[in-house]
Amino acid sequence: MAWRIKKAWLLTLIICLIPLLWLFIDVALNNLGSNPIQALHIRLGDWSLRFLCLTLAITPIQTIMRWRGMADYRQLFGMYAFFYATLHLLVYLLVDHNLEWSLIGTDIIESPYIWFGLLAYIIVFLLGITSSKLAKKWLGKTWKKLHRFIYIAAGAAVIHYFWQLKGNLAEPLLYVIILFLLLGFRMLIWATNLKLNKMMLPKGRK
Amino acid sequence: MIIKTQKEIPSSEITDLTVFKARRRFIKTVLASVVGATMPVWADNNKSRTLLPNNALVPTPIELVKNYTNYYEFTLNKEDSTKLAQNFVTDPWSLEISGEVEKAGIYHLEDILRQQTLEERIYRFRCVEAWSMVVPWMGFSLGNLLKMAKPLSTAQFVKFTAIHQPETMPNQRNNVMLEWPYVEGLRIDEAMHPLTMLAVGVYGDTLPKQNGAPLRLVVPWKYGFKSIKAIVKIELLKKAPITTWNKSAPNEYGFYANVNPAVAHPRWSQNSERQLGSGFFTARRQTELFNGYSEQVADLYRDMDLRHFF
Repeated sequence: MAWRIKKAWLLTLIICLIPLLWLFIDVALNNLGSNPIQALHIRLGDWSLRFLCLTLAITPIQTIMRWRGMADYRQLFGMYAFFYATLHLLVYLLVDHNLEWSLIGTDIIESPYIWFGLLAYIIVFLLGITSSKLAKKWLGKTWKKLHRFIYIAAGAAVIHYFWQLKGNLAEPLLYVIILFLLLGFRMLIWATNLKLNKMMLPKGRK
Repeated sequence: MIIKTQKEIPSSEITDLTVFKARRRFIKTVLASVVGATMPVWADNNKSRTLLPNNALVPTPIELVKNYTNYYEFTLNKEDSTKLAQNFVTDPWSLEISGEVEKAGIYHLEDILRQQTLEERIYRFRCVEAWSMVVPWMGFSLGNLLKMAKPLSTAQFVKFTAIHQPETMPNQRNNVMLEWPYVEGLRIDEAMHPLTMLAVGVYGDTLPKQNGAPLRLVVPWKYGFKSIKAIVKIELLKKAPITTWNKSAPNEYGFYANVNPAVAHPRWSQNSERQLGSGFFTARRQTELFNGYSEQVADLYRDMDLRHFF
């Protein structure tokens, strides 16, 4: 059983690289349209946000399906969100700006939508580097608190997405709905647990 | 040491010069046969030609010019308008000129073209979304057309109205995003400026439908949304018209919309731009005040606070 899970985990690890491979193919075949740099940049941002949503979806799925041992997958998807976000940032710095720091500096200062992207990245970065079991042990209770910031990262990433658009708002709206559902589910569990806890308290104590 | 500040455009992406020249010859022959009958009316065309700078500009590859257009009447996606615009009916086409003019009227496009000398002008084109192109337009100075209508001294502004054709324009049919038809405006001195043109062609050929056929405005020192496509009406007014994007988001899109790297859009910087056709690992281009046309147009805005009148 354990081996099978491991095999499935390994398979997932590889599958998650498909978006990157696909992007490489599109770059090689010149398939990215008239503004390929922007297309590359956006595609990586999209995948980062998708993996962030997947990471957040693991716990609700586990609860609903009554599965166990999905934590490894949550960690894997989280690391991929970090991975694609890092590529997204690198494309911005290298491919789009060729490390011209004066252009980059002005762009960041004058573009509020980038502030949210940066906030999301800093959080995902901190969660990424504290993702290992060792870090978890070392941080103790702080780890859980720290990793709750993933919600702020996801919210900031969505704001980063729709705040830069001039026209089509349909796609970012989809992410808002997904995040809302995922967060809503947790609130529901939290509220139920609170009620259960109260019911289980011995009478006479509050 | 050779310091390359800009990656060269791959030669495969550049229209072959012989093809480009052949196209120009073609349109010149065709247009000469139309224009030849009636001599050019406006003698000061030559004067405007000397004002045109940028002979050194290299046009963006035609495939990019033709397939990356903001045409919200059809779609909000820049790469989908090429296909969606093909059902759009541009023939026959007439243009109404009215308002504060002595000679108001409705004219057939062919009649207008017969009276104008078409010329090619290679202009920089800068979108408010921070991307840019270099486009070889074919057309004539808007001022030449306006002079024919004899503007009254009360004419202070020019209002342009685009076509309303909901049968072929899905986003007009479904009232998507903006108020239709699209409206733009200029101050009269901006409209009469020799750089301001009405374009009927691009790359030596007639204008593709997605690029604003059959008649569009081109104001090279302003953000692209000022350069209204498919114009059916030009009105000269005493007061400034309410323009489409300005009405939709007044704090984001001003009436003037002059290209200015120092005045950021509320949500993004305007300091640099992605030039279409440039390769990977090429830095964005530093945006220039008035899109590089300061020498020609800065006088129009003397003593104006460009941050306030954005």
